[in-house]
Amino acid sequence: MPEATNERVYGPQYKLIGKNYVTTDLLAKVTGRSKYAEDFRAEGMLFCKLLLSPLPHARVRHIDAREALAMPGVKAILTADDLPAPADTLTDNGTVIKASKWGERGLTIEPVYQGEPILAVAAVDELTAAEAIERIQIDFEPLPFVVDPLDTLRPGGPNPRTDGNIWTTPPGATGPAVKELKWTEADFAETKSGRLPMGKTPDEWSYGDLDAGFKSAALVLDETFVTPDVSHQTLETRSAMAYWQNGKVYIHSGTQSTAQTRPAIARWLNMDAEKVVFISEYTGGGFGSKITGGVTMIIPALLSKKANAPVMMRISREEETFIGRARPGFQGRMKVGFSKEGRILALDMFVISDNGPYDAQGDSPTSGRMVSLLYQPQAMRWRGVTVLTNTPPRSAQSSPGGLQGISIIEPIIAKAARKLGLDQVAIRYINCPEGKAQYGPLVQGQMQHATSAFLKDALQRGAERFNWQGRAARSPKRIGSKVRGVGVALSCYVGGTVGFDGLLVITPEGRVRFQSGIGNLGTESVIDVHRAAAEVLGVAWEKCDVVWGDTSKHLPFTCVSGGSQTTHAMTRAAHAVAMDARQKLQEIAAKGLGGAPEDYTVANERVFRKGSAGMTLAQAARRAIELGGKYDGHEAPADVNKVTKASIASLAGQGLVAAAKDNYPRDGMTHSYVASFAEIEVDVETGKYYVVDFLAYADVGTVIHPRALGGQVLGRSILGIGHAIGQKWVFDPHYGVMVAKRFHHNKPPTILDVPVNMQWEALDTPDPETPVGARGIGEPPVGGGCASILNALSDALGDEIFRRAPVNADTILTSLEAGRPVQHPLMAHI
Amino acid sequence: MSSKKDSELPVPPKSGFSRRGFIRGVGIGSGALGTGLLETEAAAAAPATLGPGPVPITLNINGKPVNLTVEPSVTLIDAMRNYLDLTGAKRVCDRATCGACTVIMAGKTVYACTVLAIDAQGKNIETIEGLATGSALHPVSKAFYDNDAQQCGYCTPGFVMACKGFIDEHPSPTEEDVKHGLGGNLCRCGTYMGIRKAVLQAAKEMKGAVKNG
Repeated sequence: MPEATNERVYGPQYKLIGKNYVTTDLLAKVTGRSKYAEDFRAEGMLFCKLLLSPLPHARVRHIDAREALAMPGVKAILTADDLPAPADTLTDNGTVIKASKWGERGLTIEPVYQGEPILAVAAVDELTAAEAIERIQIDFEPLPFVVDPLDTLRPGGPNPRTDGNIWTTPPGATGPAVKELKWTEADFAETKSGRLPMGKTPDEWSYGDLDAGFKSAALVLDETFVTPDVSHQTLETRSAMAYWQNGKVYIHSGTQSTAQTRPAIARWLNMDAEKVVFISEYTGGGFGSKITGGVTMIIPALLSKKANAPVMMRISREEETFIGRARPGFQGRMKVGFSKEGRILALDMFVISDNGPYDAQGDSPTSGRMVSLLYQPQAMRWRGVTVLTNTPPRSAQSSPGGLQGISIIEPIIAKAARKLGLDQVAIRYINCPEGKAQYGPLVQGQMQHATSAFLKDALQRGAERFNWQGRAARSPKRIGSKVRGVGVALSCYVGGTVGFDGLLVITPEGRVRFQSGIGNLGTESVIDVHRAAAEVLGVAWEKCDVVWGDTSKHLPFTCVSGGSQTTHAMTRAAHAVAMDARQKLQEIAAKGLGGAPEDYTVANERVFRKGSAGMTLAQAARRAIELGGKYDGHEAPADVNKVTKASIASLAGQGLVAAAKDNYPRDGMTHSYVASFAEIEVDVETGKYYVVDFLAYADVGTVIHPRALGGQVLGRSILGIGHAIGQKWVFDPHYGVMVAKRFHHNKPPTILDVPVNMQWEALDTPDPETPVGARGIGEPPVGGGCASILNALSDALGDEIFRRAPVNADTILTSLEAGRPVQHPLMAHI
Repeated sequence: MSSKKDSELPVPPKSGFSRRGFIRGVGIGSGALGTGLLETEAAAAAPATLGPGPVPITLNINGKPVNLTVEPSVTLIDAMRNYLDLTGAKRVCDRATCGACTVIMAGKTVYACTVLAIDAQGKNIETIEGLATGSALHPVSKAFYDNDAQQCGYCTPGFVMACKGFIDEHPSPTEEDVKHGLGGNLCRCGTYMGIRKAVLQAAKEMKGAVKNG
């Protein structure tokens, strides 16, 4: 492959959009001056340590903390009794979140996984706190536990929660509830042949004529596949520091979504959001595990109140292994009918999602939607069940459900192409979504549809750039003990939401200040999206400032940064607020200089009439303050969120205050797409393999910031590659405890695991359903990264080597020797 | 292991190389006695046990001696972060796996989570805070800045120091050298392409031509 140039000019019609620049937070990062939660110190700060459950499921009968409390330096102990009771809350959006008796509260008297926090001790230093923890005696009553979803579905199998084992939303209910589901012995008969049993599921949907599809198929494959549980392993753990001042709680912690974490804290603490100040200028990685931070951040907040001093909670790597979240692993089965040309005529998908013990994750239903959109089966049925287990809590992880669904179907498509004698790119092209592609499930009797899809272009251009034809035709594939294999995979995910607010101030100094409620987790969207507003206003980026990372700094209603929403949602909001600012500038100029507002142009940091007078942005800002009302924030637009209204009121009088809600229409649901290509080399004598080359070609609409985009495409590809090449959980099923719990047991990919010349490219074709044309990108590369490696492995070694990911050297060696997959076909966490 | 305990053990074999001798050499010779005693004297003199309570130590960090009082069990990373407010280096895995705590000690990159503060005495310790002189960025920081070699930034201080230590020892690295030189640091955001470019740029900047770049 030619060396990555990335010198292509994206968006030639724009000055800022599609251009590289350096975000304002970067200098601090490369000099070690960026302050993450653990780096803060407060006068008189105490440290806290957690006592974690040694058992996977138990009830605390008695806590004896007398000895600990008697120690000099121990200031307070916090138990579940000190937590506010769960209460219904009204979100900023006006929707009610019902209190759930099954929800995670931070501390508990009924631990439902090994490592769940029971209590916390605050002391003058960490050593004292740790010693106090050692001196606390807890009397536990062990309760039945389960670590493999199939074990609890068996007749008479143990339940992970006292009242059930699955999440389901009963008809008419407002939210999911824990219920009990058991399958029959007859259902489990399938396991004897290594196939996933398919008992009753609470959730199911279908469209098209499945039976007819299978009947007319030239090839039908029915495969069982297991995907791994992989911890997020953000390098910054869930550490948090908190203190109280004048009735307000101040919390420092990592988050993916600054503005949206404040209401989450308010909900957890059962207090008014206006009394919460959340500070998070830098976050050491999220990947879905810190969408609104973590519930454990209320522990130092409550301890601080109790001890009347600031409290720092440093979460160690070992603690993070338990409380730090992970992707739900799937046990999945798929039956796919292909025409002789490779078109998917019928697809029957069945998945079990290992949810862990707490909040219901959407991975299982999402996997069905992604498979439906990505391969456009003519008829499809999806069945799924979200099963609780006594393993650490799960949360969304980059491409939640997408990675799992794609990792199950992609090896089947690769196998079908080999059986039908088709090219791997060709079989994907024929099934590839295009334009306003439809997908299931039916909503009110109608298929849903995407805003746009240009994935066929990405697949075709990617194949050319990767020299797919040349590599696929290479012969011999084996030289000595080394075998080469190539793999291609498609991937997609939701790429944006709508309806959030933009907020900016044009100051009397003539600068434009963007109020950014986006979290700074490293994606750069916290800064990037505002370039779309600067572009509309024709302001040089050097004249712009971005305020972020502190909810006391008057932030607008902002989307959460999860599910690749931000670039789409917040460039829309940025566009809307720029249009509002432009309108106000035109009106101010017309009021002062005569004529109609529409006679005025906003450009080059001025508002002016052609060939006539104008004023600078600084002059207009001063004029806005004189005019007051809507011009300087004394009046807010009626349709913006109440959070934005409060921020506008606080900013009033500082200059020209512009605020607007994204009311732009959108036809369809926004998705982004990637075509991923990989070449690997396997040493069949050792089982060891390397990724030799990799390319991800993205369809993400308009490119906003190439550097940041490339970082996301390659970085999240590597996250996916980790799922293929080695990351997984291992549990002792007898005791229900984690075996591979050290960082080195489960190391994310390093520079040694990735090819030297890893490449990316993007189409830069605007999405027609959003004013800036940009969609999000964080998720799609993940599924492509994982599945392209799996497909390259089966290209090199044949279809009968593995039936689950990750594929390790021992899997390859033992399977090659036996001539069939020798791993346990179904068991979780091995 | 304290030297007092050591003196009670049998005499080492004649070969002069034993596990115990090795431990003594690494654990004591380089640390507690780094203040001047020779290793041979260590076995004979049996100095007083340090700890478990706090002991006064002096660290030479970024060219300046700093005095602090820590338990002998305190690691260099904790001494820096908790006692000296040097929070650039991060404590991430705390078990010598990820490299987020990398500093340069006596010219070698080390994991500060796996060095005891008392053992770091008498050695020049370079941290990210000491890298920049005045307002100018160090060439390594500059290269990270220019090549977007970070996302969340949590691994960055460790990576920057690992790169500096690597380039100091390998002024003309090839891409393959870079791979092995930085295999001990981990970026969960997967910014390795940017990091690789940054190292090559910094090496060029710091010395001149790149052998095979």
